[in-house]
Amino acid sequence: MATENNKTVDSLDPRISRAKISSGETSDMDNLVHFQTYEVFHQKKRGAQHQHVGIVHAPNPDMALLYAKEQYARREQTANLWVAPSSCISATEYADDDIFSTTPDKLYRNPATYKVMDRIKAFKERGMKSTDQIEKSPH
Amino acid sequence: MNNITALKELLYKIADDQLIIGHRNSEWTGLGPILEEDIAFSSMAQDKIGQSEHIYNLLHQLGEAEPDTVAFTRNAEQFHNSQLTELPIGEYDFSLLRHFLFDFAEYIRFGNLRESSYQPLAQVAKKFYGEIKYHTMHANTWIYQLGTGTQESHDRMQNVLDNYWNTALGMFEEGPAEELLISEGIFMGEKALRGKWLEVVMPLLEKSSLKVPEADTWEPIVGGRTGKHTEHLQPLLSEMTEVYAIDPSADW
Repeated sequence: MATENNKTVDSLDPRISRAKISSGETSDMDNLVHFQTYEVFHQKKRGAQHQHVGIVHAPNPDMALLYAKEQYARREQTANLWVAPSSCISATEYADDDIFSTTPDKLYRNPATYKVMDRIKAFKERGMKSTDQIEKSPH
Repeated sequence: MNNITALKELLYKIADDQLIIGHRNSEWTGLGPILEEDIAFSSMAQDKIGQSEHIYNLLHQLGEAEPDTVAFTRNAEQFHNSQLTELPIGEYDFSLLRHFLFDFAEYIRFGNLRESSYQPLAQVAKKFYGEIKYHTMHANTWIYQLGTGTQESHDRMQNVLDNYWNTALGMFEEGPAEELLISEGIFMGEKALRGKWLEVVMPLLEKSSLKVPEADTWEPIVGGRTGKHTEHLQPLLSEMTEVYAIDPSADW
């Protein structure tokens, strides 16, 4: 493959020059086929939900956890990480995404629109105990 | 030798080890075997340099020069790092095994320093203990992968272990004030550290199918702690201090 191209990359960066990188084709994807992708889930605080944050490419779960730590817990506060092989995820088909099409209309299913939220908010603001009597909301 | 001189000697070797191995490991940035590993290794290299800055700050509080001055203006013979940390990065097998051998020593060293009677040092040790624990997890995961991987990966790791075991033992070169550091409760001493390190790394290496050389062949390669270095340290320092040498006030 790289028989004719034995020239190495010459760079202003001494690290690159020292590495004697061939300027020819060097990537050998065959060596990477046993790697798989892992989905990464990040938990900010104990008790909070783990949230999907992205993927890493790794040969096994142990290595995937290491890389998840670097990729997704390097800057953010973190309590815990999960990784799971992407192949273990079952997903809906985008072709069937019409099953969700009327969801935006069903505002009554969204608790943010409940009228009682005003009362809960007022309750919290007054710092009351659950046994206290609440005045009837004007609504 | 008084407490302060003994303490400075201890701090210099810790900080110099971290700065030099941090700089060495940063040489993999952009060249790591895969993207994720490149980022992980670079990030840990950065951690090491950050740790060294904290220790140089402790030295500054004890009357030594500013961290930048200490880091960038000394010659090789003024550095107290162990020779293991200054060797060129070589192939990834060597860099990983060095990372494994060094970081477990540092993990145990910092574990002990958390209890140091010198409070400022105990605080720094507590702060970085978790960070260094992660470095050992990274190292051990890799050593296990490669030690138990293919014949080639196993043989390469075994070869590096055989060739650099004695250099690694040089990390525990004793200083002139071991007894004072121990009796004052500042640090457990290099001998005790080496003993604990062996108790930790030997079973891990065995689990990774790697054999530590026979004990009767152990001959620690010392000198680093007293400024005797290999020919590899000065070129590293020249490169590391290049910008500082051109403009000491440069900010970046």
